[in-house]
Amino acid sequence: MLATLVPLQAVTFGLVALGAPLVVLTRDPLRQALVNGIYGITLVCLFVVLQAPDVALSMLVVSGIAYPLVILAAIARSRGEDRKKERDGS
Amino acid sequence: MSRRVRIGILTPTLLALGALFAWAIAGLPAFGDYRGPYGLVLNRVVVPLRHTTNVVMGTTFDVRGVDTMGEEFILYAAVVGVTLLLRDEVRSRQAERRTQRLRSDAVRLLGIVMIGGGLLVGLWLVSFGYITPGGGFQGGVLLAGAVLLLYVVGNHRDYGPLRRQHALDPLEALGAGGYVVIGLAALASGTAFLTNLFGHGKAGTLLSGGSIPILNWASGIAVSVAMLLLFAEFLETYVVPLEPEDSGS
Repeated sequence: MLATLVPLQAVTFGLVALGAPLVVLTRDPLRQALVNGIYGITLVCLFVVLQAPDVALSMLVVSGIAYPLVILAAIARSRGEDRKKERDGS
Repeated sequence: MSRRVRIGILTPTLLALGALFAWAIAGLPAFGDYRGPYGLVLNRVVVPLRHTTNVVMGTTFDVRGVDTMGEEFILYAAVVGVTLLLRDEVRSRQAERRTQRLRSDAVRLLGIVMIGGGLLVGLWLVSFGYITPGGGFQGGVLLAGAVLLLYVVGNHRDYGPLRRQHALDPLEALGAGGYVVIGLAALASGTAFLTNLFGHGKAGTLLSGGSIPILNWASGIAVSVAMLLLFAEFLETYVVPLEPEDSGS
């Protein structure tokens, strides 16, 4: 069983290593929220491959629901304020 | 500070940090090497003693039940803090009128399907948490997420009844307080706080684990209502500067 798991582990580790810099290099906050969600999914895959289903589920709900929620709320606010400023300025 | 000076400071710092990091990594145990005795003990002990086939839940709600109570109250304190800082009755009424409708029917249909699926999976995760992977936290967040989708696909008015904080507040208290009440019940019956009082039942069924299912549901309710409360507070704080509903059409 271990022999079949090693390539899987290598692939998921690689995906995580690839995903983390992608999150950092994405500058637009809205896109960053999406990329971060995808990065979360790669971490979920890693936890599943390492046989930690409970941690995987926690990661799934935190990176998929709880965290984007806070970011999107903050983005909605800042964009709304930008628009308000434009309106007030014109 | 010029760019050159900043790079001059950054380079040696980065090199020093990198060296320390490499040194720390080199001293780590090999990949997959497990040295914690507790995990091995729990793996052998939890299923025979507590009849919960998910050892993680047996650990979080029984073996270290007090720690889980602390974690639950961290979330509770966070929600109380956000509520105290952000709750504003006037804005709550304004937010009702100022939400844009989702224009794409396809996205709305997908959202409605996902509400049903999310509720179902959330309920399954909470109720079967101590049998299969899952539990109150994961299921609770998913349940809240499914309810929040109602806000995304509908409009503020459809979602209205689910963000009445005066209805959510007692539920949150029920979830957070229920955990403590179970612990105190054990204390009242003459044993230690949070001792597993009820019969352990048949392993692998919903009627197993004694007080673990009740604690699990208490934390599930506490977590999902906490998420809804947080979202409700964020919503009324953040949504106000947006355009009035259907302004673009």
